[in-house]
Amino acid sequence: MSTRLSKGGRLIDRTAPQEFTFNGKRMRGFGGDTLAAALLANDQMLVGRSFKYHRPRGIVASGAEEPNALVNMGEGGRFEPNQRTTTTELFDGLTCTSQNHWPSLEFDVGVVNNYASRFLPAGFYYKTFIHPRFAWKHVFEPIVRQSAGLGKVPKDRDADRYEQAYAFCDILVVGGGVAGLQAALTAAKAGKSVWLIEQTAHWGGRAVVDGAVIEGQPAEAWVNAALQTLERMENVTIRSRCMAAGSYDHGYVLCDEKVADHTPGDGRPRHRLWRLRAGQIIAATGAIERPLSFAGNDIPGVMLAAAVRDYLVNWAVAAGDRTVVVTNNDDAYRTAIALKEAGLEVPVVLDARASVSGELPARARALGIRVETGRAIAKVKGGKRVTGVAICAQAGQGAVIEEIDCDAVAMSGGWSPVVHLWSHCGGKLKWDDAQAQFAPDKARPPINHDGGALVLTAGAASGVLSTADVLADATEAAGGGAVPAAQDAAEGAMEPVWVMPQGAPVALRMKMWLDYQNDVKVSDVQLAAREGYTSVEHTKRYTTLGMATDQGKLSNINGLAVLADSLSAPIPQVGTTTFRPPYTPVTIGALAGEARVDIFQPLRRTPIHDWHVAQNAYLEPVGLWQRPYCYPRAGETHEQAVHREVKNTRSNVGLLDASTLGKIIVKGPDAGKFLDMLYTNVMSNLAVGKCRYGLMCNEQGFLSDDGVVARIDEDTWLCHTTSGGSDRIHAWMEDWLQCEWWDWQVYTANVTEQYAQIAVVGPKARQVLEKLGGMDVSKETLPFMQWADGTLGGFNARVYRISFSGELSYEIAVPASEGRAFWDALVAAGAEFGMMPYGTEGLHVLRAEKGFIMIGDETDGTVIPQDLNLGWAISKKKADYLGKRGQERPYLASPDRWKLVGLETLDGSVIPDGSYAPAPGMNANGQRNTQGRVTSTYFSPTLGKGIAMGLVKGGLSRLGETIEMTRLDGSTMQVKIVDPVFYDKEGEKQNV
Amino acid sequence: MLLLECPYCGVKAEETELTAGGEAHLKRFGPGSSGEEFEAYMFARKNPKGVHFERWRHAYGCGKWFLAARCTATLEVFGTYPAQTTEPPADLVEKIKAKRPDWKGTK
Repeated sequence: MSTRLSKGGRLIDRTAPQEFTFNGKRMRGFGGDTLAAALLANDQMLVGRSFKYHRPRGIVASGAEEPNALVNMGEGGRFEPNQRTTTTELFDGLTCTSQNHWPSLEFDVGVVNNYASRFLPAGFYYKTFIHPRFAWKHVFEPIVRQSAGLGKVPKDRDADRYEQAYAFCDILVVGGGVAGLQAALTAAKAGKSVWLIEQTAHWGGRAVVDGAVIEGQPAEAWVNAALQTLERMENVTIRSRCMAAGSYDHGYVLCDEKVADHTPGDGRPRHRLWRLRAGQIIAATGAIERPLSFAGNDIPGVMLAAAVRDYLVNWAVAAGDRTVVVTNNDDAYRTAIALKEAGLEVPVVLDARASVSGELPARARALGIRVETGRAIAKVKGGKRVTGVAICAQAGQGAVIEEIDCDAVAMSGGWSPVVHLWSHCGGKLKWDDAQAQFAPDKARPPINHDGGALVLTAGAASGVLSTADVLADATEAAGGGAVPAAQDAAEGAMEPVWVMPQGAPVALRMKMWLDYQNDVKVSDVQLAAREGYTSVEHTKRYTTLGMATDQGKLSNINGLAVLADSLSAPIPQVGTTTFRPPYTPVTIGALAGEARVDIFQPLRRTPIHDWHVAQNAYLEPVGLWQRPYCYPRAGETHEQAVHREVKNTRSNVGLLDASTLGKIIVKGPDAGKFLDMLYTNVMSNLAVGKCRYGLMCNEQGFLSDDGVVARIDEDTWLCHTTSGGSDRIHAWMEDWLQCEWWDWQVYTANVTEQYAQIAVVGPKARQVLEKLGGMDVSKETLPFMQWADGTLGGFNARVYRISFSGELSYEIAVPASEGRAFWDALVAAGAEFGMMPYGTEGLHVLRAEKGFIMIGDETDGTVIPQDLNLGWAISKKKADYLGKRGQERPYLASPDRWKLVGLETLDGSVIPDGSYAPAPGMNANGQRNTQGRVTSTYFSPTLGKGIAMGLVKGGLSRLGETIEMTRLDGSTMQVKIVDPVFYDKEGEKQNV
Repeated sequence: MLLLECPYCGVKAEETELTAGGEAHLKRFGPGSSGEEFEAYMFARKNPKGVHFERWRHAYGCGKWFLAARCTATLEVFGTYPAQTTEPPADLVEKIKAKRPDWKGTK
């Protein structure tokens, strides 16, 4: 059984007991424990079930590489699935539950998959669920979905907050082991600004556990001294519990700092996501131990040798009373020695190598530990925990020589450098035969903006393992300097072992786990190879090897070695799968940061916004703007409010907050010439004081934006754009001025937010302005399509006689700071005339009744002005304008193009949005041909019936024709093609 | 998340401050141009693995358009320069040739 020892544990504080629950069972741990250490201390060997076969799963590792020991953590707003117990710090009151089982962890019905496992090989889904076709959707998928998935999805809104911060440094050192500390010290002493981050709460990495000696003192003393030195340096920033999730182009690194995971609810943000920009990254990220592939290597109690050592040294937890060590290298002997010295039993060390002669095996033998060379585990015995091992010769096929009782197995298959940060931006790897590992190829690093290396590796991440080599490598990575002397036991050569025993028959290979979480076995990868999968990327997806939440940290190298063997290809030729961020999962909350709820995105509000809100306006987003859709009164639906607003505007007077309208000043000696290029019609000859409607197209000739242009003075024009288009059109203007016609003297300024613009619309609009008093707004002085500066009710105002409703209309611009006061003045003055505000939906209905197009409704990026019967707004005289050449393309002149028409149903009902007009026959894809579609459709309160605009093949040449249109439910209706101007065809009402 | 130095304001701008504008040094073809010329201007874009010239705007900085020469394979930036030119500066071309001897040049 696993248990807490009475002595030792360098990280635990025995005076700080912590209570927690696992599956409702109360357990005790100490401050400084990880959840995994505390579970083991309570003899909780079984912690979960695997994904596919529901096999019992125990803790395998002691760090970020753990594939098995994932739990549902917390409750309510702090519930989170798939939390790795090996990296979760224990706190008092922690609650967690195991995952992927029903009805209980101990007794799980899904384990039936295990007994059926010979019928559930790699690619099982693809092979089984393909016939009959209909069954996937109705039978297989619902069942698969029900049984798939590890943790539960949180139901409540996240109770925590997350923040993001930016930082910059010359050198980012990732990893707080001796390599990272030495690299940080070296770079900092050279005057660089340095960030040093460590994913755990502790410093020193493996060296402090393994008892290395640095500068004549234990590694721990050196680590503490190094930390103190770094903490005193002003050019160094140190963060623990901070994981570098990914390195990106030009030194951008995302770092997830787990600020309050271990102190939930203390008011601090739970995580802080650092968006760091580093001149260079030094990845001192260490190495991860590989499992060995022997039958039953997934039974709870089989653990990585270094993890067994970690639990013993760091947390005084013994994984078992009797631990068998199995290895292909000398490092695992450290585990045997540590266990023995702690008074625990090590019945045997099984070494796959034919002979061993290193310093560590010698010490183990001297301690009286039995060492068997050339031996392997034929099979681990046990179900929910290890009860023993059967021993065989590594060279053979698994004939059992001897059986030994034990309650834990410590395995070591060698080490793999953690190369993720190196590889994220394209650093290349090379195969190292001596260590049987992929290590960074320092001649081919990822490239920085200056052409230099973006990432360097230091220490075990480079593929060096002895403390002396690690420190030398780290010093060199950080620019060179004094290297502290270090000693540790000399190690003999390791020997790669990918399958144990090497001639294992299929019955054993079916029990050799590569990927513990996703249940991928040696036999699955071999099957994939037999079925023709030669690419490691394809094999990964076919077998799901390395696709679990641990992303194959333990399984990938073993898996691709088995694949290479099956293909009779060298391992480097098979290669690795692509390393992608994040290194370990980052919670979505950290990525979202503060951008949620009210501050999800920046909002734009007009100067009159508060009034709209106070009037209970129903707001809708228009780009980033918040605009009133309508102003419903008590008891009114939105539809009723819109109808009332439209009718009142047509009969009395309406008030519209049009401040969002784009306003761009174009000024300079060449401004007229420039606008003639920008608009399809001529703007240079517009008289001062006059307004003109204009269209802008892109170079392909497609309509991009429209609006009224006013000539302000000899060299100044003011261009109105659509509400959503002001930034885009301003950027478009600047693009042409800076990049094509840079010798033209033109200046632009986007003054959209400098003015509040208010439309006073309707037959009584003039009376309202006259009531305010001030400038002359009579037809004679200020006729349609002119503007004038003056005062209204004491406000400095610029008044445009322009109309988007067909009514007598004044659009009045005042400085934004006076917008609200002016609006209030208008509301007061308009009261006696029955004035009511109207919203964007009313605006749409009013313009549709008049057949005015709306950018984004009648246009979609494939429509030219000629399609919308706007040929009158295109100059025939101009030699050039943006889009002219594009519009000359033959297919844009085709009579078959869909053109703007008005549409009405025969019974006056409203055509549904999105309706299409089918045409006879099918197209090449077997879909029905079409001959038109609706672009705008409304109920017209003015006319008391449905009206619509649409694009129909042949356009107005088909006036009076009746065509069929579809509803969304597939039914059809008869629709008549009519003039798109439904109201006041002669335009008399706006010109009074 | 590229870093590009704006040649106008000297700021080392991060990609989030910039908007991309596609291939640089395009020649505009307007009315009177042939179908082939217009097609090339509108649609035929280079997509090299290696040296490439691009338009960028320091949109959330000084607002200026500038041009950048960079390697699309390694993301190395050879240099940035103002947009008011029809070809890259000679010294930049020399610099790129020194770093990429196989590069065939802009012509």
